[in-house]
Amino acid sequence: MNVELVHIHKSFGVVHANNDISISIKSGVIQGILGENGAGKSTLMKVLSGFIQADSGDILLDGKAVRINTPSDAIRHGIGMLHQDPLDFPPMKIVDNMLIGHDGGLFPNRREVSKSLKELQAQFGFNLDPETYVDSLTVGERQQLEILRLLWLGARVLILDEPTTGISASQKEKLFETLKKLAEQGMVIIFVSHKLEDVEGLCHKIAVFRQGSLVGETAPPYNTDNLVEMMFGKVISLDEKTRLENCEPAMEISNLSIEDNRIQIRNANLTVNCGEVIGLAGMEGSGQRQFLRALAGLMRPVGGDLRLSGKRLTGKPYHSFQDAGISYVPASRMEEGLIPGLSITEHFILSEDQSGFFIDREKAVTISRERINTFNIKGEPVTRVEALSGGNQQRALLAMLRTPLRLLLLEHPTRGLDIESSIWIWSQLKDRCKQKTCIVFISADLEEVLHYSDRILVFYNGKVSQPLDAAATTVDQLGQLIGGKGFQC
Amino acid sequence: MDNNTLVGLAGILASAAPVVFAAIGETITERAGITNLSINGLILLTAMAGFATSVTTGSLLLGFLVGALIGAFVSLIVAFSSIALKQSQVAVGFVLALMSRDLSYFLGNPYMGLSGPRVPSLPIPVLADIPVVGVLFFRQDILVYSSYILIAVAYIFVFKTRPGLMLQGIGEQPATAYVRGANVNRLRYIYTIIGGALVGLAGPMYSLSVKVGWKGTITGLDGIGWIALAITIFGGWNPLRAAFGAYLFVLLQWLGLVLQPSLPNIPSQVLQVAPFPLMILTLLLVNLGNSEWVDRTLAGLPEEVRRLIAKVLRAMRTTPPAALGIPFENE
Repeated sequence: MNVELVHIHKSFGVVHANNDISISIKSGVIQGILGENGAGKSTLMKVLSGFIQADSGDILLDGKAVRINTPSDAIRHGIGMLHQDPLDFPPMKIVDNMLIGHDGGLFPNRREVSKSLKELQAQFGFNLDPETYVDSLTVGERQQLEILRLLWLGARVLILDEPTTGISASQKEKLFETLKKLAEQGMVIIFVSHKLEDVEGLCHKIAVFRQGSLVGETAPPYNTDNLVEMMFGKVISLDEKTRLENCEPAMEISNLSIEDNRIQIRNANLTVNCGEVIGLAGMEGSGQRQFLRALAGLMRPVGGDLRLSGKRLTGKPYHSFQDAGISYVPASRMEEGLIPGLSITEHFILSEDQSGFFIDREKAVTISRERINTFNIKGEPVTRVEALSGGNQQRALLAMLRTPLRLLLLEHPTRGLDIESSIWIWSQLKDRCKQKTCIVFISADLEEVLHYSDRILVFYNGKVSQPLDAAATTVDQLGQLIGGKGFQC
Repeated sequence: MDNNTLVGLAGILASAAPVVFAAIGETITERAGITNLSINGLILLTAMAGFATSVTTGSLLLGFLVGALIGAFVSLIVAFSSIALKQSQVAVGFVLALMSRDLSYFLGNPYMGLSGPRVPSLPIPVLADIPVVGVLFFRQDILVYSSYILIAVAYIFVFKTRPGLMLQGIGEQPATAYVRGANVNRLRYIYTIIGGALVGLAGPMYSLSVKVGWKGTITGLDGIGWIALAITIFGGWNPLRAAFGAYLFVLLQWLGLVLQPSLPNIPSQVLQVAPFPLMILTLLLVNLGNSEWVDRTLAGLPEEVRRLIAKVLRAMRTTPPAALGIPFENE
């Protein structure tokens, strides 16, 4: 199927999210859509998949104009969208998840669904048991499930919104393989991302969006500098790795054992020197999250010792960890990090040490203005945090951290952020390191782990590797360890 | 088994029928993502209204019809305020529960103590003559038979049919359900009204069959609705388990009555009230596995014992629909 979007306009209030976008994609093409957060790429995809309606403009499928008012209209026309957070039903069985929204008689035939699911899987080498529950799958597997479901419903156009966020390296490889195969079968694949390497490695052509407009389209061979310039209007490059002279050990972790109903970690040892950055790598659910939360004091280890500059913290409540100078920035910014409904100023008031009963509004607003400036947050003191974009929420979270800090724990610090925000956030974190704060962070982005860490711990199914020197490690080695190869236990 | 016990047990099935209706009605509503807290008052109000209608018109059918209509209407208020006005379901439901209860006492005054019609017993030919089973199940009235049917139909609908799967979907992940083509809010209206109508049938089932008549504040129905809400949770939003909970509750009530003569030292009020706290305790017990504290205590036990207990706890514990009580807005 050929897809054409002609003169699409869409405004939200004063923001012109899509300004006269025209794009045409031929059958069998993998089209990359590149742009930073807020560039308008998601808006265009929502228009195509029926989530929202364009103010003006046409959607042509095989040359015929169609109206798409709801997501189910879209799938009837053969357009399926894979959302960044998989839209499925976690507590249900895979087969039931497939059935919801599938037209048919009152009593569905589950056996038949299982059969066609298996046939589809065989094509792509996926391996999902129709009788298992969705919530037992990894993000990558849920993605596979959703692709299978859309194909089963007869999708001829597949839109993928940031599909490589939160999945492992091997799952990404598999995804790309699948997408290439589907394109060969004549499907249209629209791949929305802000990750340059993903888009360059996969797409037949790339359309770059900036501030609601289509800046241009390019075909391979791609020139990275050129793409970056199109995205941002200027060239930015990753800054050189700077390493701080190591000083005395800050955090000592000895024989730490952690257990919850999903994973067991036995006898992990690590000494973090001050000013050091430790990256935790591993497939999601390998234990790195539990490890980090134990360091934060949010999870009580079943054995072992945690010492910060010699002071024993094991078994102390979260507040003692905080008072000792440990801060934790969770991945779920809106759930655990910020409080929806409160303004930026109110967040700063809450994060400060409180003295007095009444709030000094004026002072609070002054402080928050200052911080908004230093941290380059796009928002006003009265802006509610849920109105901020992901990157600005992350900046606000960093702005709330106390000074001085001994240990900063971060979970996916740049997940879902565009390149510019990521670089900016890391420059802030590096500044912290210069003030002798040590950082332990989790990331699924191997490049990020390798580039910013001094040492790396790899987690595999609750096992923890020896600390690796980041400078002497390659992506390949890291990938293999994450996949469980070369683990001695 | 002697005949008295058998008749007693048959009585349990009969008195549990309205509780089954109320608990399954609430189960269906909550599956759609709406908590209808008004059902305690609703049962009282429909008991009174159903009885009053039947006394006035002489028609049993009209009594039940009025009950279902009132149930549907009050639930429509809950649905409207939570879906269209985005108000707290707890606040609105609670106020409606209190209001319906007081309304039933106030409006029911003229019908206090009147004698009215009663749903006749309807033994099913052939089946009623089977020993034990016949007495137990098939010498009941049509309401009890419909409670059997309701359990089966509700279970099959929720878990085996396409619309039933979508019902689970809108209570679990409404955004996903919307993408799959559901009109989430319309479905929520429909299921809240259906659930409310089923609860509305529970009232007349009491006043026209189980506890015939209307006696105002001493009718003894106050509290049943709260128990039905607890049973919905106990039942893990599964009609079959909810029905089991209803039978368990009525069994406890019956035991209270039966044991009374043999336990003269215990005041009779204690035995009458005991089923209520017992039911709540069961609810707590069933969900014990959800607490971190239990996890930690179990960690100290030997591996095999821990595995076994954890398995039992996991099988018992229940998780509410993820979007229960949360309004749905598509962007």
